[in-house]
Amino acid sequence: MSEMIAFLKPDPAILSRRAAILADIADLLPDDALVTEERELVPFETDAFVSYRRLPLAVALPETTEQVAAVVRYCHREGIPVIPRGAGTSLSGGAIPQEDAVVVGLSRLNRIIEVDLPNRCAVVQSGVTNISISQAVDADGFFYAPDPSSQLACTIGGNIGMNSGGAHCLKYGVTTNNLLGVRMVLFDGSIVEIGGKALDAAGYDLLGLICGSEGQLGIITEATVRLLAKPEGARPVLFGFPTSEAAGACVSEVIGAGIIPVAIEFMDKPAIEICEAFAQAGYPMDVDALLIVEVEGSDEEMDAMLARIIEIARRHGVSTIKESQSATEAALIWKGRKSAFGATGRIADYICMDGTVPLGQLSHVLRETSVIVARYGLRVANVFHAGDGNMHPLILFNANDPEEAQKAELAGNDILKLCVDAGGCLTGEHGVGIEKRDLMTHQYAAADLDQQMRVRSAFDPKWIFNPSKVFPLEGRSGK
Amino acid sequence: MRTHPLTPASEEEIAAVVADAASTATPLEILGGGTRRGMGRPVQAATTLDLSRHAGITAYNPAELVMSAKAGTPLRLIEDELDRNGQMLTFEPMDHRPVLGSDGEPTIGGVFAANVSGPRRLTAGAARDSLLGVRFVNGRGEIIKSGGRVMKNVTGLDLVKLMAGSWGTLGVLSEVTFKVLPKPETTATLVVSGLNDAEAAAAMAAAMALPVEVSSAAHLPVSVVNRFLGGKLDWEPVTLLRLEGLSQSVLVRKDKLATAMAAFGDSRLLNAQESAAIWREVRDVMPFAEHRAKPLWRVSVAPSAGHQLVAALRLNTGVDAFYDWQGGLVWLQMEQDVEDEMIRTFIARLGGGHATLVRAAEPVRASVQVFENEPAALGALSARIRQAIDPAGIFNPGRMAPAA
Repeated sequence: MSEMIAFLKPDPAILSRRAAILADIADLLPDDALVTEERELVPFETDAFVSYRRLPLAVALPETTEQVAAVVRYCHREGIPVIPRGAGTSLSGGAIPQEDAVVVGLSRLNRIIEVDLPNRCAVVQSGVTNISISQAVDADGFFYAPDPSSQLACTIGGNIGMNSGGAHCLKYGVTTNNLLGVRMVLFDGSIVEIGGKALDAAGYDLLGLICGSEGQLGIITEATVRLLAKPEGARPVLFGFPTSEAAGACVSEVIGAGIIPVAIEFMDKPAIEICEAFAQAGYPMDVDALLIVEVEGSDEEMDAMLARIIEIARRHGVSTIKESQSATEAALIWKGRKSAFGATGRIADYICMDGTVPLGQLSHVLRETSVIVARYGLRVANVFHAGDGNMHPLILFNANDPEEAQKAELAGNDILKLCVDAGGCLTGEHGVGIEKRDLMTHQYAAADLDQQMRVRSAFDPKWIFNPSKVFPLEGRSGK
Repeated sequence: MRTHPLTPASEEEIAAVVADAASTATPLEILGGGTRRGMGRPVQAATTLDLSRHAGITAYNPAELVMSAKAGTPLRLIEDELDRNGQMLTFEPMDHRPVLGSDGEPTIGGVFAANVSGPRRLTAGAARDSLLGVRFVNGRGEIIKSGGRVMKNVTGLDLVKLMAGSWGTLGVLSEVTFKVLPKPETTATLVVSGLNDAEAAAAMAAAMALPVEVSSAAHLPVSVVNRFLGGKLDWEPVTLLRLEGLSQSVLVRKDKLATAMAAFGDSRLLNAQESAAIWREVRDVMPFAEHRAKPLWRVSVAPSAGHQLVAALRLNTGVDAFYDWQGGLVWLQMEQDVEDEMIRTFIARLGGGHATLVRAAEPVRASVQVFENEPAALGALSARIRQAIDPAGIFNPGRMAPAA
């Protein structure tokens, strides 16, 4: 298959010096911390955006911030690209390397350094998984709120890079709203601390800028994250509707009425069928659209909030209401939803879009998405965070058919443009990566992108960090 | 010599004025309502860019929980419009007029430029967390947009956050788009009496660890307590815990909270009216609005460090204090000297944080570090960021750091 997305051309001067460079970097690291053999480099050639892959020059697996700094300092001096990598779960190609780059994998920086319950925060190394933070404080009645579907595998460093969200960010916000501080290696190998245990940091909001910067501003080695008290209970409820429009209108009215449940997830009929076949979650099969609405608190609180939501859902012709009767049932409901991508992968290849639209545009965008996908002769399953307008159409195709694969990419691009034109954005939580890089000009004017690139250059004057990503390769300025 | 203020009435006019100033390297003081003009270091600019004519709500659909407004829009107009629709700014912006003795109307641009928040910041985030999108004019006179009007957005670098809290030193905000939320149906405040500062810190931490969703937690030592609710509170320290939400839910939660707090001290409930009043007084730092000649500091530290800082200071200097944000936001009114070095030394010793001098005479503000001094590598980075957005350094020079 011919690749639609270009990478920066590898620098022949770097490739020709490979042996010397690897020897230099090996000197900066402990034994066994530099991967150079081709067969051992293969696991690092792509991430969850598997259609594209590149073997890197080498993979460094540092064990300390100082080792990260030493590698970065060397690469900056020599002009060698550096690709930070957590667990490699990026859906937009954010962790895909290039032939002349050194991957800095953070998997060995996997310690929880401190749990500070009176100050409700945890200090962790950036390679710890998202779920392990919540697990570490679960017995004490706390949790870390952002919960991307990949939370079993994805790392906190990657979450910061992509400003990850999850199903529950309607109430709790995304990574940027839950991050208090970072320790970070800058381009020249200097190590800085930004923020800490206080609620706000001094000076310009660099933490805000770092969240969602896709590994382009530096390498984060430690993070201080907020912990929250776990609610007494949580109850997901299934609401089945005869049409997607009715479900969309119900979401708008619930939010408009001032009721903010902790999550409102939407699935259309293809998504319901795929997830039910995989998880046997008890989803109703005789509906065209399904909402998973989760409320939390004590039984009395959940009853009160559900009564309001049910009243609104009835006005919109809800045909099935199913409350989970046990923790097992609740877990199954979420298992179905969180395995949506994996379950889809069992029946077809797919690409997953991530545009966000204003809530009032949900129905329109859903309708137009079907039209676009049908125009390319493909199928789509929709499963997304309805409460915050973050759409995830899964475009199904057969990767062994190069023509169909190309159609899927083109349909995806059309859908993202649709989201932008509806007043939304290209990506809500998966990041731009390489996948949406060349669509950035659809969302931003040249002056907007130039300004972002100049700020990027303030952090990384030689553009060594993850350079093939985010900004279109043509017309780069500020370098 | 001061010239007449420039008063552009559109984004294009702002851009033209800035481009003109940039071409002659003329420094500009960026002004909204001017209510926070006395904060920060004195701006070194003879020309003022006044945004008050660039005003008005530009988009608001209550069902989408998002509003857009031009930067010069009076905050009062926005809060009135939200109120009519049962909504609010969740970050509860502080009104600085009482402590600074300033007049004028705060503007929405000023609120975001200074990242002004209030008691609910503890759980609902700061102004920057509600800010979804900005349009601003950079130092080259270009109109730049960043972010948008959706809650989740990771499309490119988040310049939105960078603009929030930059005190007009990076660009001229032209339009802001921000998240709004439904007003809580009910509010109740539990008052725990008689705790000293250290006990209060423990009680607030315990309250925040409960699954009852306390939205704000403040502690008022005995020295300030008679300056709240018109002196109606008894002469003993009080710790305030606020609950908000659906009525049935608040009803259940306040019993649970009261039961748990019995281990710390006696408690009672404020009625809705008193509750609204006391949190407004906490938000606006009313106890320290009277003696405006005394220096006022805003200190942000880990919640458990706040009372330790105050205890250390009290042994060394004349200081009055109270706490918001579970103890992590400390308001310090100095009896006499500004004591910047002493305060910052103790903060560093207690694990870090930062102090901002909110109020002091102009010569004092010009001579001490008003905002926190950044370590060298970060300071250099901030300077490069500023250079990347305002290359000639024309916006509010001197306000955050001495002009280069």
